Formats: sequence, C-alpha cells, structure tokens
Amino acid sequence: MDRLVFLLATGLARGLVVALFALSLVIVWRAARLVNFAQAATATAAVFAAFAVTGATGSFWAGLAAALLAGAALSAAVERGLMRRVPQATPLPGMIVAIGLVMVLQSALGIAFGPRHRPMVAPFDERPLVVGGVPLLSPYDLFVLVVALAVVGLLAWLFNGTSLGLQLRASAAAPEVSRLLGVRVPRMVTLGWALSGAVAALAALLLVPTELGLNAHSADLLFVHAFTVAVLGGLDSPTGALVGGVAVGVLVSLVTGYLGAGVAPLAVLALLTLVLLVRPGGIFATTEVRTA
Amino acid sequence: MTPALAVDGLTVGYAGAPVLDDLRLEVAPGEVVALLGANGAGKTTLLRAASGLTPPRAGRVLLDGADLTALSVEDRARRGLAQVPEGRSVVTELTVDENLHLGALWCHPGRAARRAAVARTYDLFEPLARRRTSLGHQLSGGERQMLALGRALLARPRVLLLDEPSLGLAPRVVAQLMGVLRTTARETGLTVLLAEQNVTSALSIADRGVVLSLGAVVADAPAAELAGDPTLRHAYLGF
Repeated sequence: MDRLVFLLATGLARGLVVALFALSLVIVWRAARLVNFAQAATATAAVFAAFAVTGATGSFWAGLAAALLAGAALSAAVERGLMRRVPQATPLPGMIVAIGLVMVLQSALGIAFGPRHRPMVAPFDERPLVVGGVPLLSPYDLFVLVVALAVVGLLAWLFNGTSLGLQLRASAAAPEVSRLLGVRVPRMVTLGWALSGAVAALAALLLVPTELGLNAHSADLLFVHAFTVAVLGGLDSPTGALVGGVAVGVLVSLVTGYLGAGVAPLAVLALLTLVLLVRPGGIFATTEVRTA
Repeated sequence: MTPALAVDGLTVGYAGAPVLDDLRLEVAPGEVVALLGANGAGKTTLLRAASGLTPPRAGRVLLDGADLTALSVEDRARRGLAQVPEGRSVVTELTVDENLHLGALWCHPGRAARRAAVARTYDLFEPLARRRTSLGHQLSGGERQMLALGRALLARPRVLLLDEPSLGLAPRVVAQLMGVLRTTARETGLTVLLAEQNVTSALSIADRGVVLSLGAVVADAPAAELAGDPTLRHAYLGF
C-alpha cells in the first residue's frame, strides 16, 4: 500500500512535467498546425544554456531564466528562419524539416559537449519526505508540482483571459479572417512558437535533475511520452494535455515500480493503441477528423 | 470630392488569364454600391484585391486618396478598410462574444470601451445577444452573417466590402441584414461595396449599381435605373 501511494505521488510529479511538454506541443500545433518533432532538441539546447549560466553564476534561478529565454528565442528563430519558408499546403514538409533539425541540433550538441551525462543539481532536496511512515514526494517534486501548476494556470489565463490570447487563438483558427480584422497573424505565429519553446525548455529543465544528467538526448524520452499524451488528448486540447500527461506519468511510474523499467515504454504504446482504437481523434478532441 | 475607395487600373490574373483587366472603380464617401455580375465575373477577386488578400499584377487601391497598395492586409484593415468574405467568415472555434471582441480590438482601446462597443452591437443585432456564449459553429447561417457584419462594423470602418452576404439565407433574414446595412450607412456615413448575386435586394438598398462581366465594368448606373433597364437585366443579371 505504501509503495502504491509512493508510486502514485512520484507519477503525479513526473506526469506534470510530461503534461507541460505536451502542452508545448499543443501550443505550437495550435499556432502552426504542425507537430514539432524538433521540440526536444531545441529544449535540450536551451537546457545547455541554463547549465552554462548556472555554472557561471552559481544560481539555479539564473539558469531557469536562461532556459526560458533560450527556449523562446531558439523556437522563434526556427519559425522565422526555417518554418516560414517551408510550403504549408500540407503538414508533411514542415514535419520533415523539423526531423532534419533534430539531427542537426543533436549532432551539434554532441560535437560541442560530448556524449557524457552532466549531472545537474536540483535546487531542492530530492529525497522523499516521509509522512506517517510513508515516503511521499521530495521537496523537489513539490517544487516541480507548484511550477507546473502555476505555468498551466498562467497559460490558461493568457489564452482565455487576455486580448493577446484571443488574437493567438483567432490567428490559429482562422488566419485569413483574423488578418482582415487587423490581427498581425505572422507575429502571432512567431509568438506561439516562442511561447511553446519556453514551456518545453522549462519542462526539460525540470526533468533533467531527476534523470541521469544532461546530454544531447536528455529530452528524447520526454518527447515520446509527451507526443503520446498530445495524441491521446487531441493535439488541440490543453485540458487533454494536462489530464493525459498525468495519466501517462502515473502509468509509467506504476509499471516501472511493479513490472520494471523495461516494460514502461510498452505500456505507453499499449495505451496509445487503445485510445486510437476507441477514439481516433483523441479523448478531448473537438473535431471529428484530424487533418494530420 | 476624393472618393472613399478607388481602384485604379487593377489587373489580377491567375496563370496568365486576367480575372480583372485594368479595372477602374470609384465609390464616393457614404455611397452604397452594388457590385453585380454572373459567377466568375470577378466580383470576389475585386474585393480580395482591394483588401490585399489577392495581390494584383498591376494597379492601385486608394482609401480616401491614400495609396494602400503597398500595405499588408492587416494594415489596410487598421486604416479602415473592412471586408466580410463570403461564407465562413466567423471564427467557429471562438464564441460570439469573442468574435465581437476581436472586431473591436483596434478601434476601442481598453477593456471597458470594448465591452461597451460590443454591448451596442448586441442592441443592433438582438438575436446575437441570446447566443453570446455559443461557439461560432453552433450558429445558424443567418446568425453567422449577422455576427460577421456586426464584427466588421465594430471596427468602425471607413469602407466596408461585403461578399455575398445573402448567400444561403432566408429572404426574411436577407431583408433584415440589408436593412441594418442601409441604416448604418445612412447614420454613420459608411461607404459600402456590396457584391451580390441577389440583384433585387442589393439594388433595393444601393445608390448605384456596377455590373462586371469577364473582369471589366460593363455598366455603371444609379440603382433605380439599373433595376428598370430590361436589356441590361437580361444581358448580365439574368432576370
């Protein structure tokens, strides 16, 4: 019983990180109708920037700020420099360019920093707190929980409660009509990419201290889980990303705890297959048929 | 008097065949002009070229004498050139209220001013007030067209370009829309260029009618004269 509670709690913390990353995929999908396969590579590059800043200043918080800025800047640069020039009549060219970008970025990071895992120190204790004899979340897990929930709340407010959010949603849903109403749609698309890049960088940064350490492939598994979540929840749905992220996090935690780490990826794929069989549009999808 | 809207030598072509050929058209301030002609005459292309959605091969678009040709679609909109495109112009993923707020963004700075402006639109189009939290895709065709028109008017445009607002609507709804359009034009001095297949309703509220055929102006006369000219009606308007 104690073990179950512990696994559920760690699953929740891990799941919220997955949810954040899935949310970043939803944001870019809504802005550009593109599954950004390069999200993990740009996020990892941003975490390298955070690593350098933390190393130079000794402050985790300066590193966090650097990750957000680098993630946003890199994603905006990818959109302006690359994606804007890709034909957008079908989603395939954009996806292929994104996959190419993964190879270039990961190779560049590998050449620059080598294959070894660089340990990143968490700003809070990572040993679980024991409540009533049951080991639960660590202070770092609690920190992740609070940050993730705060970011989700902030994004919900931005998209639903501000005029900038209204323009972001309108531009994504109906670019031509939005332009006719005076909305600067190209700027909104860049902004969507930047926002998505910052959120993905944050998720990767929160994840790395709980893993082996930082290298070019640190966020790969996170991407696979988050991609599954985004497809589960429907690429259009922030709620779906949140619920699906927590579900996948708990599932991975339970399967890893009871059946072993090797079975976890299989469990995620089984879940994905099941949902695609029952609801091909995703659990929270509003549209009947997805275009990509 | 400087025309509110002028297109000068506008030439637009798909794959070498001109859809509009050296087209010249002026609309005076406060004037309602019905743009008529068969399918494929170039009505939609003219409106899209004016708003900037379709880049012309040659020619200029002027708003109150100022050349807009080099401006983007969104900058033309902010200068006061509004277009309600044919059919699906409501953002279906947003609610009625959000659609209206989107239209009010530029002309009504500040949350309170926007809310007041949107409230006035609900007074003008009462059916919309009951549906303010409905999503665009839940609306009927008439409600959508009302929303699109109300949203365009919220930006307090100088010139309004309307493409087939009566398409697929019941005659009663068409009459209501045309009535609002006529009243607004009279009260605010709004200039309207109205592309329509529904010739009778368009001419009933227009000051002047312009008939396009194969991308060129073939007739340009006061609305009453056009409605009463059997040869012209027969040749170009099909009734």
